[in-house]
Amino acid sequence: MPCEQTQNQLHGYLDGELDPVSAASFEKHLETCPDCKQTLAAEEALHQSIQKANLYERAPESLRKSLMGKSEARSEVKPFPAPRAFAWQWLAAAAVFLLAALAGWQQLQKPQGLSESQVMAAALLDAHLRSLQPGHLTDVESTDQHTVKPWFDGRIDFAPPVRDFANDGFPLLGGRLDVAGGRTVAALVYARRKHIINVFVEKSQSENYWNGAGESQGYHWLVWQQNGFSFCAVSDVSPADLAQLQQHFLAQ
Amino acid sequence: MLPHLDAAFNLARWLLRNRTDAEDVTQDAVVRAFRAFGTYRSGNARAWLLQIVRNTCFTWLRQNRMAAEFMEFDETTMPQESENPETLALEGSNREQLTRALEGLPESFREILVLRELEGCSYKEIAEITSRPIGTVMSALARARGQLRTALSNPAPKEARRAV
Repeated sequence: MPCEQTQNQLHGYLDGELDPVSAASFEKHLETCPDCKQTLAAEEALHQSIQKANLYERAPESLRKSLMGKSEARSEVKPFPAPRAFAWQWLAAAAVFLLAALAGWQQLQKPQGLSESQVMAAALLDAHLRSLQPGHLTDVESTDQHTVKPWFDGRIDFAPPVRDFANDGFPLLGGRLDVAGGRTVAALVYARRKHIINVFVEKSQSENYWNGAGESQGYHWLVWQQNGFSFCAVSDVSPADLAQLQQHFLAQ
Repeated sequence: MLPHLDAAFNLARWLLRNRTDAEDVTQDAVVRAFRAFGTYRSGNARAWLLQIVRNTCFTWLRQNRMAAEFMEFDETTMPQESENPETLALEGSNREQLTRALEGLPESFREILVLRELEGCSYKEIAEITSRPIGTVMSALARARGQLRTALSNPAPKEARRAV
């Protein structure tokens, strides 16, 4: 199955340039396409061999020295016809590079301009997408809340509230530990018809006490605080479904 | 003081396929960078410099096209064709073979491979340096890598390589 679009995407995937949704859909495609799988392996091998071959060629010391020395040793500027003018230019060029380096450094220092909640929502969305990869959904697979709840004992420093809402159309599938924003969070996995909902639970912290809902790349998230816990439900179901699940939690 | 000098030199070396020329052209490009500083808007300094380097290289290549076409390759170091040259190169043991394959590619393919594989530029930086829409970077890389793989599995005959 030669798939031209996927063949291009493969390179974006290899280079880590696909957005999370495209990357996830490409990984899904990989499972069913031996051609792409083989090509990906070959491209990875080629990449490795280029890296190992050490093809990068650094500037020779002579070039660096001549560029650095120009600003001081004006009499040394032989290859150029107008030494006086060039000494000036080298001095200016040196200043330019200092400025350019500074600008680059400032760029690095600049904060990302995202609020803590946006960063956390993005991290949880990524965690949700990761969980949809084969074999990543649950660490403990059980529809029984009395199996899932004790599983978290000793694995995390709080006891997340675990309930099965099968009678309300949100059967519990299991639980899992995840890491988002550098913190370990409990993830409760629910099904909604054919869809998966991850409910991430962590202890509420004053600095990340946030509520709200949002949408990104076709996924919705809904955040609320309850009994000292911070909940974030993430899924591709409608916001109404998420709100319904939230009501079941709040009614506990 | 010259934080991106290695990047500038490496790109010039692979575009010109020659260290001596690369040294001259890199010097020239640095002077141009100074003259063009008025057009520099604070941003990615490396991408800005590399853009000047590649433009300087292409100007140089146009001016020296005749000479470049007859540029002598050292045929004595040309590796013998083995039964499966791709495997050989893919083992990473054959720097020479990768160099030949890369140098045999058209400039635009060589450029994008050097920027991505050696310099580690993001697609956004590659788009900026090569003045192409960012949407075309991925497909251009796909084509370039395909060509490199072909070149590794069928080393071009000497005549064909000269004509590049």
